[in-house]
Amino acid sequence: MEEINALFHGFSVALTPFNLLLMFIGVTLGIIIGVLPGLGGANGIAILLPLTFSMPPTSAIIMLSCIYWGALFGGAITSVLFNIPGEPWSVATTFDGYPMAQQGRAGEALTAAFTSSFIGALFAVILITFLAPLVADFALEFGPPEFFSVFFLTFCSFIGMGKEPPFKILAAMMLGFALAAVGIDTVTGQLRLIFGWHELMRGFDFLIAVIGLFGIGEILLSMEEGLSFSGRTARINPRIVMETWAKLPRYWITSLRSCVIGCWLGITPGGATPASFMSYGVAKRMSRDGAKFGTGQIEGVVAPETAAHAAGTSALLPMISLGVPGSPTAAVLLGGLLIWGLQPGPLLFVEQKDFVWGLIASMYLGNIAGLIMVLTCVPLFAAILRIPFSIIAPIIIVICAVGAYTVHNAMLDIWLMLVFGVAGYAFKKLNYPLAPLVLALVLGDQAESAFRQSMLISQGSLGIFFSNWLVGSIMALGIVMLFWPLITRYIARLRAARAAQPAAGR
Amino acid sequence: MAREPHSETRPGGISTRVMEITVALVFLALGSLVVYDSLRLGMRWVGDGPQAGYFPFYIGLIICIASLVTLAQALFGRIARQDTTFVTWIPLRRVLSVLIPAGLFVLGVELIGIYVSAALYIAAFMIWLGGYKWPKSLAVGLSVSVTMFLMFEMWFKVPLYKGAYNPLSLIGF
Repeated sequence: MEEINALFHGFSVALTPFNLLLMFIGVTLGIIIGVLPGLGGANGIAILLPLTFSMPPTSAIIMLSCIYWGALFGGAITSVLFNIPGEPWSVATTFDGYPMAQQGRAGEALTAAFTSSFIGALFAVILITFLAPLVADFALEFGPPEFFSVFFLTFCSFIGMGKEPPFKILAAMMLGFALAAVGIDTVTGQLRLIFGWHELMRGFDFLIAVIGLFGIGEILLSMEEGLSFSGRTARINPRIVMETWAKLPRYWITSLRSCVIGCWLGITPGGATPASFMSYGVAKRMSRDGAKFGTGQIEGVVAPETAAHAAGTSALLPMISLGVPGSPTAAVLLGGLLIWGLQPGPLLFVEQKDFVWGLIASMYLGNIAGLIMVLTCVPLFAAILRIPFSIIAPIIIVICAVGAYTVHNAMLDIWLMLVFGVAGYAFKKLNYPLAPLVLALVLGDQAESAFRQSMLISQGSLGIFFSNWLVGSIMALGIVMLFWPLITRYIARLRAARAAQPAAGR
Repeated sequence: MAREPHSETRPGGISTRVMEITVALVFLALGSLVVYDSLRLGMRWVGDGPQAGYFPFYIGLIICIASLVTLAQALFGRIARQDTTFVTWIPLRRVLSVLIPAGLFVLGVELIGIYVSAALYIAAFMIWLGGYKWPKSLAVGLSVSVTMFLMFEMWFKVPLYKGAYNPLSLIGF
C-alpha cells in the first residue's frame, strides 16, 4: 500500500529528537491552554503562530497541531473536575463527568475521557491517512467552479447544521466575507472598503479576529459569570487506569458510533461542539442505561469525548486535502501554511510530501504523547485552575495583546483585538456564531477569486456552476443545506398536521 | 408602552431585545457601508470581467437583508413578546471592570510600551480587583513582564512595541 509507505516515511520525518521535543512542548502548552478560560485551541495557536515563523514548516506544524491535541485533552480536565467546560466541545462531558467526580470517581471519569478522546482521534487519523490522499488526488482535477462549489457547500453547511438562527449565521458569515474584502483587491489592485483609512490597507487579519473573538470575548463572558473555581481533586494511579480500561471495551458500540458521528461532523464543518452533543444525545437514546445518563455514567463521558476528538481531528482532512478548513482551529493552521509559504490544497500531497506525511505521522505520535501527559500529570494541570481569576485574567489579556501585536508588528491590531473582543462577547450572548465568521474571513479572498475566475470562464453566467455533474451536485447539495432549516420546518409541520388529523376525529 | 408589565418581571439590566436591535442595526450599518463602497468601485460587468465591487456588493446586500430579518424578529417576533435580560447590572459591572482596565492597558501600550504597561496592569488589576497586597501584586506583574522580555527580546528576537515614550530607553533598550 502506497499510503503505508508514505506514512512510514512520515514517521521518519516526525521522529527526530527536535520534533519529539516540540511535540511534548506543544502538548503541554495545549493542555494548559485547554485548561485556562479564555485561551483555547484556535486563539492559543493564533497567538503562538508568529513564534514559529522562523522554524522549518514541518516542525512548526507538528508543534502547533500538538497544541491542538493538547487543548482537546485539556478541556476534559476542567469539565470533570470543576464542572466548567474549558472548551465548548467539552460541555457535554460535564453532564456525566462531574457527577462521577462528585461520587469520588474522578480518576475513572478522567481515564475514560482521555482514553475515548484518544480512540476518537485515532479513528479520525486513520481516516485521514487513507482518505485524504484520495480526496486530494480527486481534487487535482478541480477548476475554479469546483473550488467555489466546495466553498459554497462549506458555508451552506453552517446554515444547515448550525443551532443558531439561520439569519444570524448568515449575517455573521457575510461579515467575515466583508472583512476579508477590506484592503487591496487582488485582481484589480483597487483599494476596497478602507474609506481613506490607510492603516486598513493590509486588511483585517483573521488571527487578530480569532484572538479577540475567542480570547477577549471568552474572558469577558467568564468574568460576567463570576467564576469561582471550586474543584474536586483527582488521583489517577495505574490501578484506576487499568480498572477503567477493563470496563471500556463494553462500550465499543457507543464508541464506534461516536467516532462516525464525530468524523462526519468534523469533515463537513459542523465541528467538535455539535458532534459532542449529538453523540451524547444518540448514546442516551440508544443505551440500555439511557435513563441513568446525567447521574455519572461512564458511557456518558465516552460518547461526547470520542466524538469531539474525532471531529476535531477530522476537521484537518479537508484542510490538508482541499485547503478548506473544517473548524476555526483548522483555519488558523491553514493560515500558518500560507505564512510558511506553502499553498494549501490538493497540490500539497504532490509537492510537499514530507510536510503532509510528517504532519499525519505527528497526529499519531502527538495523540500518544498527549495521552501519556494527561494520564500522568492531571493534578499538575488541575492546580493551574486554582490560581485565582484576578491573576489569570490580566495575564491572559496581556498574552492576547502580545499575540495580536506580533502578527504584523502593528499597534492598531491590539485595538482591533479589543473591538473584536467586545463583538465576540455580544455575539456569543446573542447567539451569533463565531466559527462561520472566522472561516469566511480566512477563505474570503480565495472564495472570491474562485468565483470571479469562474465568472470569467463563463463570461458572467451562473450556469457554469451546473455545467457538469460534479460541480452541479456539490452546488445542489449546498443549496439543500442552505434551505435545510426551511425544509425541516416544513417536514415538522407536515407531520404535525398528519398527527392532528386523526385526533380531530375525521 | 403596552409591554411594560413584562419588562417589570425581569431583573434590572439591559434587555436582550435592546441588544438584539442594537447589534442588528450595527450589522445593517456595516452592510450599507459595504454596499456604498462597492457601488463607488463599480459592481458591474465590464469588458475584462467583473469590477472590484462585484463580489462585496452582494455580500453587503446579504448582510443588510439578514440584519433586517433579525431586526424585524426583535421588533415584532417572539423575542419582542418574551424579552429576557441580556445582562444585569452587577455582572455588567464585573465585565466593565475587566474591559475598562484592558482598554487602559492598550492605551498604556501605545504610550509606554508593552513591557512596562503589562507589569503595571497586572499589578493594578490584582490590587484593585483581587484585593492582594501591593508587594505580591507588583512581584507577579514584574515577573510576567521580565519573562516576556527575556522570551521575546532575547530568545525569539521578536521585538515588541516599546511605546511612543519608551521608558526602557533609560536602561538602554
